Amino acid sequence: MQASPPTAALTQRLERLGRGAVHFIEAIGNGGILVAESFYWVVFGHRDRQPVRMTAVIEQAMETGIRAIPIIAMLAGTIGIMLAIQGIHTLRIFGAESRVTIGIAFSVVREFAPLITGILVAGRSGSALAARIGTMKINQEIDALKVMGINPTRFLVVPSLISMLVMVPALTLLSMFVGLLAAGLYVGVDLGISIAAYTHDVLDILSVDDLGHGLGKSVIFAVLIAVIGVVNGASVQGGAEGVGKATTRAVVQAISAIVLTDMLFAFVATR
Amino acid sequence: MSDRFDQQRDRPRPVTGPGRVIEVRDLVTHYGDRAILQGVSLEVLENEIMVIMGGSGSGKSTLLRHLMALEHKTSGTMEILGEDIDTLSRLDFQDLRKKLGVAFQGGALFSSMTVGENIMLPLYEHTDLDRLTMEIMARMKLEVVSLAGFEDLMPSELSGGMIKRAAFARAIVMDPKILFCDEPSAGLDTVVASALDDLILDMRDAMGMSIVVVTHELDSAFKIADRITILDRGKILMIGTPDEVRRSPVARVQNLLNREPEDEMVDPDEYLDRLTGAPTTIGTAQL
Repeated sequence: MQASPPTAALTQRLERLGRGAVHFIEAIGNGGILVAESFYWVVFGHRDRQPVRMTAVIEQAMETGIRAIPIIAMLAGTIGIMLAIQGIHTLRIFGAESRVTIGIAFSVVREFAPLITGILVAGRSGSALAARIGTMKINQEIDALKVMGINPTRFLVVPSLISMLVMVPALTLLSMFVGLLAAGLYVGVDLGISIAAYTHDVLDILSVDDLGHGLGKSVIFAVLIAVIGVVNGASVQGGAEGVGKATTRAVVQAISAIVLTDMLFAFVATR
Repeated sequence: MSDRFDQQRDRPRPVTGPGRVIEVRDLVTHYGDRAILQGVSLEVLENEIMVIMGGSGSGKSTLLRHLMALEHKTSGTMEILGEDIDTLSRLDFQDLRKKLGVAFQGGALFSSMTVGENIMLPLYEHTDLDRLTMEIMARMKLEVVSLAGFEDLMPSELSGGMIKRAAFARAIVMDPKILFCDEPSAGLDTVVASALDDLILDMRDAMGMSIVVVTHELDSAFKIADRITILDRGKILMIGTPDEVRRSPVARVQNLLNREPEDEMVDPDEYLDRLTGAPTTIGTAQL
């Protein structure tokens, strides 16, 4: 018996919803498997005669980290100055603009440095990872690796994951430094506070916990960017169009995951 | 029609060994609910070139992927080089794979590496050889496939025929016992395709390996094959020497050789499914 049109439309919507839910759970499961597999290869790679190659990690670290320094420094500096401008403008209402350092220090170290770095690396390296793996999949390069007896996770994913785990926190540190420095220079010009006094204030305000808060988040962001990039790349079907879609999806999902995780992390860490 | 294929093999066929390098029994495989291979059994002998033929959607590429241990089967047994692949440990399976070489249809060269680095990759990953020795070995293999001097080029700088040759060089760099070739002559002009056929014969004669070739190019198949397996809708229609295939009284075999359409009515949906390959399934996002 055929369903009536409204029932059929509802069934279709429910089916789509169900499929979406299954794909979402599947993607999370695949991500978890990738992380577990990567950990396995880091620990047991030598025993299984498939060590993770340092050269591959360094190559990836160059691409993910070193080549991203100029753009990250520029954006971190801009954000630092923007925070200083807004902070001074807002605090001037209460005549408390000299206290702007507190807001800048906390905002840059706990929020903006990890967030901006994560978003930039997701847009730059996460998309590249998805595109690379997607292209390799449709060109049968991943099959070629398997037939050669080379585990694709060990060969492709682990170097990217390790390089992200090292470089995203490192870039976050750089971002913190540049953001604080740029804000300090602006504060110096606008409020006449010397850079030495500003630095003293910043060091006085910030604790190791604040630094750990920012860097802890950046480690989670690194895992999210790598896993989302790989899962989307590995799900490519079709040709170049499929790679394009997977790349876009990887960036959107990674940035969404970063912002959501950032909020959850901030909520949990401030309880 | 038969005259067309009679003159193509102009070199003596070497004696194939008594041993079986591949033994498949009752292989059944599904994509979702759809049966792709339905009880396929075949053997590949030592030093033999086995060509697998069939129309579009016959399951020949899926069979090749199974022979390369890239797919999970529903049922059946498969032994490669005397090893039951279901009972092998991961490390033994990894060692077994080092004895297999594959030249994929599109070459599957790594686009971020030079031709030389592509060929050296299996050596780099599986041996302790120093770089100089690996470079010498890569150059030797490039000479075998007539690509000497191209090791520093990127794959994007090669023509289609050269990419396939480079893929052959990479496939044989570990001196495999079995070489798999997926549509080696597809997309090439007849001269280049014929030269690749000669290369396959030369490699077998020089290196004494068994070669499994999937192709739909009849000229190529009859030129290189010691035996031909004809697949039809996931089942083996016949296995025989090129002469036996030529003389086969089976109408569907003759249809395939004469490039005539199938004589039976087929379900259009099922036919479309077979042509388009695997339907969208859950679980595709793994490497």
